[in-house]
Amino acid sequence: MRRLRRILGTDLPVAAILAFALLPWLWMVLSSLRPESDYARYPVRLLPDTLTLANHIELLARTSFAQNMRDSLIVAAGAVSTGLLLSLPAAYAFSRLRFPGRRALRVQFLVVNMFPVVMLILPLFVLLRDFRLLDTYFALIIGHATFTLPFAIWLLTSYIDGIPAELDEAAMIDGATRLQLMIRVVLPLAAPGLVAVGIYLFIASWNEYLFALMLAGRNVRTVTVALQSFIGENQVHWGLLTAGGTLVALPAVVLFLFAQKRLVGGLTGGAVKG
Amino acid sequence: MRAPAALPWLLLAPALLATVVLVFAPAADTLWLSLHNVVLFRPRVRPFVGLANYAAMLEDAEFWAGLGRSLLWVVAGVGLQFLLGFAAALLLNRQFGWRTLARALIIVPWALPSVIIGLVWTWMLDFNLGLINEIGLRLGLLAVPVPWLSQPATAMAAVILAIVWQGFPFFAVTLLAGLQAIPPEHYEAAAIDGAGRVAAFRHVTLPGLAPVIATALLLRMIWVANSLDLILVMTGGGPGTSTQTLPLYAFLRAWSGADYGYGSALAVVLTLLLLGVVVAYAVRSAR
Repeated sequence: MRRLRRILGTDLPVAAILAFALLPWLWMVLSSLRPESDYARYPVRLLPDTLTLANHIELLARTSFAQNMRDSLIVAAGAVSTGLLLSLPAAYAFSRLRFPGRRALRVQFLVVNMFPVVMLILPLFVLLRDFRLLDTYFALIIGHATFTLPFAIWLLTSYIDGIPAELDEAAMIDGATRLQLMIRVVLPLAAPGLVAVGIYLFIASWNEYLFALMLAGRNVRTVTVALQSFIGENQVHWGLLTAGGTLVALPAVVLFLFAQKRLVGGLTGGAVKG
Repeated sequence: MRAPAALPWLLLAPALLATVVLVFAPAADTLWLSLHNVVLFRPRVRPFVGLANYAAMLEDAEFWAGLGRSLLWVVAGVGLQFLLGFAAALLLNRQFGWRTLARALIIVPWALPSVIIGLVWTWMLDFNLGLINEIGLRLGLLAVPVPWLSQPATAMAAVILAIVWQGFPFFAVTLLAGLQAIPPEHYEAAAIDGAGRVAAFRHVTLPGLAPVIATALLLRMIWVANSLDLILVMTGGGPGTSTQTLPLYAFLRAWSGADYGYGSALAVVLTLLLLGVVVAYAVRSAR
C-alpha cells in the first residue's frame, strides 16, 4: 500500500516531467537516425524499421557542416581562454582585496546582464566594421567573452571566497610576493572552479546565435547560424536538419551533465545565502 | 595584509575595459542614435530629432501590440516555467530509487542552444510530420492536423511552450538547491508544533525558499524579456506580426526596416522597462 502510494505520488509524476523534458529531444535524435524513406511516408511512423547514420554522414560529407563545427570550436576555445583571463584577476580582486568602489563595481558587472542584445548590436556592428574586424574569429571571441563576464566573475569570486584566506597569509609570511601567491597558491586551489567556469563559457559560446549571426556569418559561420540557414532553405530537409541538431546539442549536453553540480552550486550559492 | 592601492585596479582593468568598450559605449551610442533620424541608405545624414522617435511610439500600434505580446510572453512563459520547475523541485527533493539520475537528466533542455530548441519544437509541431499532430490524431484529441506555427491563434502558444520547455529545468535545479538548504530541524520543530504537510509547506518551505524564488524569477524574467532568438528561429515574428515581441520588433525595425533611429529608441524603452523591474527588486530586497 505504502509502496503503491510512493509510485503514484512520486515515481509517476517524476517520470511524466522527465518525459516532457526528454521526449522532444529524443524525438529529434531518433528522427536523425531514420532512413530517407521515412520522411515521405504519411502518417508518421513512431518507430522506424531500421536505424541509419546516413543523414549524419551526408551532413558532414556533403555540406559545410564540418567546417562550421571547426569555426564554432575555435570561437568557443577562444572565448574560454579570453573569458578566464579577464575574469580570474577581477574575481581575485573582488574576493581578496578591499578598495573604495568595490561594491559599486560588483553591481556594475551584474548590470551588464541586463542590457538587451538589441540595444548593443548595431553600434557593435559599426565599431567592428570600422576596425575591419567584422566576420572574424576575434569579433565573436571578444563578444562572447565579454557577455559572459558577469556570471564568470560572480562564480569565480565565490570559489575564491571558499579558499581560506589563512593560506594567503601563511604564504605572505613565508615571503611570497602577491604574484607568486596568486599563481602558486590561489590558482591551483581554484582549479575546479576554473574548470566549471570554463565549461560554462564553452557552452555559452557554442550555443550563442544572435552575435554569431550579426557580427559574422560569411567567412566565420558557427553551427547555430549554419543550422538556422538550413531551416530557411526552400526545401526543408528534416533528415539533415535533425542530424545537425543532434550533433550540435551533443557537446553542450555532455559538458553540462559533467559540470552540473558545480555550476548550479555556484549559481545558487549567492541566492541561498542571501 | 597590505596591497598597493593600484593593485585592484590593475587586476580589474582588462575586464573593465572590455565591458566599457563592448557594453557601455555601444549602449550610450544607441541612446544617442535614438535621438536622431538614421536611415541605412544615407548614414552620413542623420538629423537630430530630439525625442521625436519616442513620441512616434505613442502613435505606433505595432509598438503597443509588441509590448502587450512581450508582457504575455514574460508572464506566461516565466510563470509556467516557475510552476512546473517548482513542482519538479518538490518531487526531486523526495526519497526515491532513481533520484540522482532524474536530477541529472532534467537539465537537458536547459543545456541546448536556442536554435536547437526552435528546431526541436518546429519539428514536433510540424503540420505533416510532427509528433504533436500525430499523437493528437491517434488519441482523438484533434479531428484534423493543426498548423500550429502558421496560424496566429496558436503561434504564440507554441513559442511559449518552447520557452517553458527550455527554462523550467533552471527553476527545478535552483529551487531544489534552495530546498536542500532549509535545515531539517525546522521541519521537525513544525511537526512538534503539530503542523501538517500543508502548514509545514506554508510556514517552513515557502519562507525558507523565498529569497531563492525571488532571485531566480528576476534572473529569468530579464533573460526571457530580452531573448528574441527562439522566436526568430521558430516564426520570425509571424505569421503576420502575431509573435512579434518588443525586442524582436526593435531588431526587425533596425535591421530589416533599416530604421536605426527608431529601432534604437525601441531598444532604449525595453532597457528602461527592465531597469524599472530591477530597481523595484533591489529596493524591496534592501528593506
